Amino acid sequence: MNAMIRWGLILLMTVLLAACAQPKRDLTEAERLAAEAAAAEAEATERARREAEARGIGVDRDLRVDPLDDPQSLLAERLVYFDFDRDTVRPEFVPMLEAHSRYLSQNPGARLRLEGHTDERGTREYNLALGERRAQSVRRIMTLNGARDTQLEVISYGEEMPVAFTQTEESWARNRRVELVYEVRR
Amino acid sequence: MKYRSLQVWLFGLLLLATGPAAAVLEVTVTEGVTGAIPVAVTPFAWEGDGSASEDVAQIVGTNLARSGLFQVLGRDRLARSPTGPDDFLAEQWAAVGAEYLVIGRLLPEAERVLIEFHVFDVLANQRMGGFRIPVPPEMLRRGAHRVSDIVYEQITGDKGAFSARIAYVGVTGQGDDRRFTLEVADSDGANPRTLFRSSQPLMSPEWSPDGRYLVYVSFENRRSEVFRHNVETGARDRLASFSGINSAPAWSPDGRRMAMSLSRDGTPNIYILDLDTGALTQVTRSNAIDTEPAWSPDGEILYFTSDRAGSPQIYQMRLPGGTAQRLTFEGSSAGAATVSPDGKSLVYVQGGEGGLRLARLDLETRRVTLLTRGRYDKSPSFAPNGSMIIYSTTDRGRGILGSVSRDGRVHQRLAARTGEVREPAWSPL
Repeated sequence: MNAMIRWGLILLMTVLLAACAQPKRDLTEAERLAAEAAAAEAEATERARREAEARGIGVDRDLRVDPLDDPQSLLAERLVYFDFDRDTVRPEFVPMLEAHSRYLSQNPGARLRLEGHTDERGTREYNLALGERRAQSVRRIMTLNGARDTQLEVISYGEEMPVAFTQTEESWARNRRVELVYEVRR
Repeated sequence: MKYRSLQVWLFGLLLLATGPAAAVLEVTVTEGVTGAIPVAVTPFAWEGDGSASEDVAQIVGTNLARSGLFQVLGRDRLARSPTGPDDFLAEQWAAVGAEYLVIGRLLPEAERVLIEFHVFDVLANQRMGGFRIPVPPEMLRRGAHRVSDIVYEQITGDKGAFSARIAYVGVTGQGDDRRFTLEVADSDGANPRTLFRSSQPLMSPEWSPDGRYLVYVSFENRRSEVFRHNVETGARDRLASFSGINSAPAWSPDGRRMAMSLSRDGTPNIYILDLDTGALTQVTRSNAIDTEPAWSPDGEILYFTSDRAGSPQIYQMRLPGGTAQRLTFEGSSAGAATVSPDGKSLVYVQGGEGGLRLARLDLETRRVTLLTRGRYDKSPSFAPNGSMIIYSTTDRGRGILGSVSRDGRVHQRLAARTGEVREPAWSPL
């Protein structure tokens, strides 16, 4: 709403300026160009706002960023990676999981899905079980750090939902993961 | 062992009209046996008004060649076709290099077509058998597969499996546009039909012993659940939706029970669901991963994958509730066992330095034979006659199906025209 009023004003001023600066016969053309530019800008702003909203960033009136969306926060990290055929959470991911656990304990209404995945090496049904075991490892750490069991849902997709598709160690490493997906944010 | 490349057999062009949405498979024989048996199949004449809707002799010839055991003579090499069994001149066929000859004709009747055919042993100069198969006119292709089964059995002494069908999972698109389909096709990849579509993954299709149902895992509710699907009517019902994973369904040979891997109590264990009463019985009790159950043909033994000793390996357990005994010791891992129809061997996925390959374990001698040399060979399924194993593999990163003869000598690939195919399951006969 504020943005629209602001852009309305800019449009009006541009039109007025154009009216002052241009000879009379160019007025309509300048008016049209300015209106177009302003409309395009307004549309871009509105689109950005809608996209931000879709991502969950929201329009924050009191200028406080949702901690889940603060790129500086550990809470912005939602991926835990694993070694081949292992379900042990590597130490580098523990601070991030502690931060999410803290957030969950402070927001009892929040709900988190822990989606376990594997690479393609291994049989499919075994991988489905391995993905679950990885998600359970993450859940264990989170409940130890204050998240309630009822806030966490463990799901496994095994090797069925890869994010990287080449048959290289790099792709496999990206696919061996647990994704933290907030179903309810607070 | 000597291998040699065989000619490439392409199907599909003819079949595109049959199922526009379903993934048509192309079959390639990549390796055959030296000394394949030379067979001649003369065109089957249509003895009535109009013409036949299918070239039955062509289908039979292609099937035989696809088995890798036969070399089928080209039509330009054939001698004059005998008009009937009494008109057979062995020396004519020996002269063109045929060891066996198949002749036949199609006799249209009111509501059906009779396929009449004869098989001759050229070297022995004798007729091995004459047969008549009645089929509805629109089922001529099915009839041709039946003819292939009989010819195969006459010559090799083993049952044919050309009439059986295969089910598999198809995948098209990428990212959010990925689509998963459950497909059923003839054993030669013809007549593909899409049974079920989903934007979420489908896994682990398996046939009921009577061939009327498929059971599989679907993520349509954003988690793994087991569904039973009537192939004929399309009716489906959910068999398992416990908390945790619901996976790896395997029908008991009598069709009344379903072994599955469920993690409802925290870790995946093998359970058996009684399909009549709905009663659920826990079979394994470990804190490890126990999954991928497979039944012995007599229904008395379950084979399954477990990582109770560290790496995944295959175990067997006598029902009900015996102790688990480890069966595999070679390679770094083993899993996804399929049991031969005679119950004497397992084919499974062996992990090692080179990747994942199929291996066969002789349950009596405990000898292990490597069957494939790919890097991602998975999801093996025995043909109902035990002659071949169909499985998932990759070709330049794309998922395709492969098949290999029981002895590892004859190799074929079946690739979808578009997208990927995987997790094949061979139907019962």
